[in-house]
Amino acid sequence: MSGITIFVPRDAAALAVGADAVALAIAREAASRGVDVAIKRNGSRGMFWLEPLVEVQTEAGRVAYGPVQPGDVAALFDAGFHQGQIHPLSHGLTESLPWLARQQRLSFARVGVTDPRSLDDYRAHGGGEGLTRALAIAPKDIVQQVLDAGLRGRGGAAFPTGIKWRTVHDAPGPQKYIVCNADEGDSGSYSDRMVMEGDPFMLIEGMAIAGLATGANQGYIYVRSEYPHAIATLEAAIATAREAGWLGPDVLGSGRPFDLAVRKGAGSYVCGEETALLESLEGKRGIVRAKPPLPALEGLFGEPTVVNNVITLAAVPLILARGAAFYAGFGQGRSRGTLPIQLAGNIRHGGLIELAFGVTLRELLFDWGGGSASGRPIKAVQVGGPLGAYVPESQWDLPLDYEAYAAVGAVLGHGGIVVHDDTADLSKLARYAMEFCAIESCGKCTPCRIGSTRGVEVIDRLRTAPSGPQRDKQAALLRDLCSTMVDGSLCAMGGMTPFPVLSALKHYPHDFGLSA
Amino acid sequence: MQAVQEPGQGGHEVRLASPGELREKLRSLAPKPLDPAVAEAVNAAIAAWRHEAGGLMPLLHAVQDCLGYVPAETLPVIAKALGLSRAEVHGVVSYYHHFKSNPPAAHRVELCRAEACQSMGADALLAHAEAHLGCSLHGRSVDGLVELEPVYCLGLCASAPSMMLDGQPHGRVSAQRFDSLMAEVREVRAAKGAAA
Repeated sequence: MSGITIFVPRDAAALAVGADAVALAIAREAASRGVDVAIKRNGSRGMFWLEPLVEVQTEAGRVAYGPVQPGDVAALFDAGFHQGQIHPLSHGLTESLPWLARQQRLSFARVGVTDPRSLDDYRAHGGGEGLTRALAIAPKDIVQQVLDAGLRGRGGAAFPTGIKWRTVHDAPGPQKYIVCNADEGDSGSYSDRMVMEGDPFMLIEGMAIAGLATGANQGYIYVRSEYPHAIATLEAAIATAREAGWLGPDVLGSGRPFDLAVRKGAGSYVCGEETALLESLEGKRGIVRAKPPLPALEGLFGEPTVVNNVITLAAVPLILARGAAFYAGFGQGRSRGTLPIQLAGNIRHGGLIELAFGVTLRELLFDWGGGSASGRPIKAVQVGGPLGAYVPESQWDLPLDYEAYAAVGAVLGHGGIVVHDDTADLSKLARYAMEFCAIESCGKCTPCRIGSTRGVEVIDRLRTAPSGPQRDKQAALLRDLCSTMVDGSLCAMGGMTPFPVLSALKHYPHDFGLSA
Repeated sequence: MQAVQEPGQGGHEVRLASPGELREKLRSLAPKPLDPAVAEAVNAAIAAWRHEAGGLMPLLHAVQDCLGYVPAETLPVIAKALGLSRAEVHGVVSYYHHFKSNPPAAHRVELCRAEACQSMGADALLAHAEAHLGCSLHGRSVDGLVELEPVYCLGLCASAPSMMLDGQPHGRVSAQRFDSLMAEVREVRAAKGAAA
C-alpha cells in the first residue's frame, strides 16, 4: 500500500504537552504493524486544548485527532485512524472544524498546514509571490502598497507601517537596517512564536521585501531567549533561504543584496521597546533611548532603521502578492486587515484566532473560547499584555479596533487576551503589574524605576489599611502616582503599567476594599 | 599627610599602605590565568564574535551556552578583546536576567509567573514546587540538584500553567505532573550514577 502521511506538530506548545513522545509512539506502532507511515512535523493549528493534535492525510482532506497521548496510539491504530477512521478522539476534517473555518486566516494561512522547514512546501502554498512581485516594481511602489493596505504596527503601538518605511526609504545613507522585534514578552501572546516556529519563511520574505523597499541590505531578528525552539527553526530556515538564493548578495538573481541574522535576547522584557532593543542589538544594556531621534532616521548603529514586529512583517508578503486593496478589504475604520488574536489564561478553548478587526470580546470569550476553563464565571479580561487594561463585562461588546479601545482607556496591544475567573483578586493582579514593572524597568527614568516600587508599597498599604478615610487616602495616592508614571515615563513600560492598575481600581473597587 | 581615621576606632591611627604593598594589591587585581576549559570556551567565543558589530551579547551567550554561566574572571579578557571597559561588560552581564555569574545547578526549573499562568494556578504551583524542593524562588533544592527560577512568559499561555525544565517546555503542569517530572530527573541521575 502507498505511504500514509501523519502530521504531529513541533510547535513548542505541542511539545509542552508531549508531541515528541506521541510522534515516537506513532512511528513505533506503525513499524510494529508494518504500516508505511511518514511523519511530518508541522506548526500548530492554534487549537491548544486539542494539542497534541495529530492529523492524518486522507483523500477527503486531513482528519484531526486530539488531544493524543502516547498511550492512545495503539487504540488509534486499532480503530484505523491511519485511514481516517472514527475514534473517540477524532474531530473529523480539520478544515471543517467551526473554530478554524470561521476564522479569516491571512497571516496564519500556512501555520499548522505546512512543514515549516521546507521551502518547497512554502512555495507550494503561495509563498514567495510577494517577493517576486516586489522585485518587479520600484522601491517607492512597494512602500505605497504597504501604505495603501493600511497596515499598522502589530507590536502594540499601531503606527502606520508604510510611513515608517517611507521615512527610511527617503533617509540618505548607504547603510540601513531592517530589525524584526521578536521579543514577544507579553503574557497571553504567542502569535510571533507560532509564526517563527510554524511559518518562518513568511517572516524572512517580509523582511526581504522591507529591505528592497527601503534600501536596507541587512536585517536582524531579535528573538527572546525564552523561545529556543523559535530560534532553532529560524536559523534553519535562514540557512535554507540563503542556499536557495532568497537571501545573500543577489536576492533571487536581482543583483540586490539582503541578508539576515538572528540575535538572541537575554530575559529583559523592556527590550521589546524598540530603542532598548536597538541598544541590546548593539551589545549594550537594554536601556531605553529618548526619542527623537526616531529609529527610522538614527536607529541601529546610528543608521536609518525599520523596526517592525513579527506579525507586521509577516503581513507584507500577502499584501504584495494579493495587492493593497485585498488586505485593506478586511477590518473597519482605521484598523485595516486582520489581527491574530491570542486567547489565553483561564479559557476552555484557548488558541490563535485570526480575524478582521471588529469582533467583540464577548464573541471571542464565548463563541470561540467556550467560557472559562474552570467552568466558573469570567470576572476580568486583560487585553494587550501586562501593560493592557483589565476590561470589565460592561465593555465586552466593544469591537476590537485600535480606536474603539483607546476611547475607553484600553489597548489592543499585540492582541493577547488573558482571561481570569471569579476567583481572581484584582488588587493582587494590580500589585503584580507594579512588581513586574519594578523587576523589568530599565532604570533610566525615575517615574518608572522608583514609581513602580512605590506602587507596590502603596498597593500593599491599600490592601491592609482599615477601610474608611485611611484606605481612601491610599487609593488617592495610588491614582496620583499612576498619573506621574503615565505623564513622566520615557517609554510604555512606566507609562502604561498604570493601565492595568487603574482599570482594576476603577472597575473592581471591592477587591481593594473600596466602595464602588 | 594625615592618616585617615576609621569611624568608631577612637583615634586609632590607620597605617597607610607602602608603595610595595600597593603594587602587590594591584597585582592581585590583575586578570588571573583562566582554567583551561574556561579559557577554551572564552577564546572560541571571542574568535567567533569579536569582529561582529554588537557582538558582545552573542559572545556572552556563547560563553554561557558552553559553561552554564559567565565566570567573573572572564570579564577582563572579554573586555580587552572587544576594546571595552570591564565595567561595560559587567554592566551587560548583570543587566540581563538570563546571564548567570555563578555555576548553575545540574537541573533548572523555570516556572512562569506571568498573568496567564496566574489565572490557572501558577501561585499554587509555585508553592507546591517550593515545598517539594525545599527552597524558595531563586534558590536550590535541598540536595542541590535543582534550581528554581521565575520566568516571565514562555508563550505557552493557552496551556497554562507552564514551565521549562532544562530548556524543555511543559504545559498544563499540575502538582502531580511537577512531581513526576522531578522524579524523572532523579531517576536519570540515579541511572547515570549507577552507570558511572
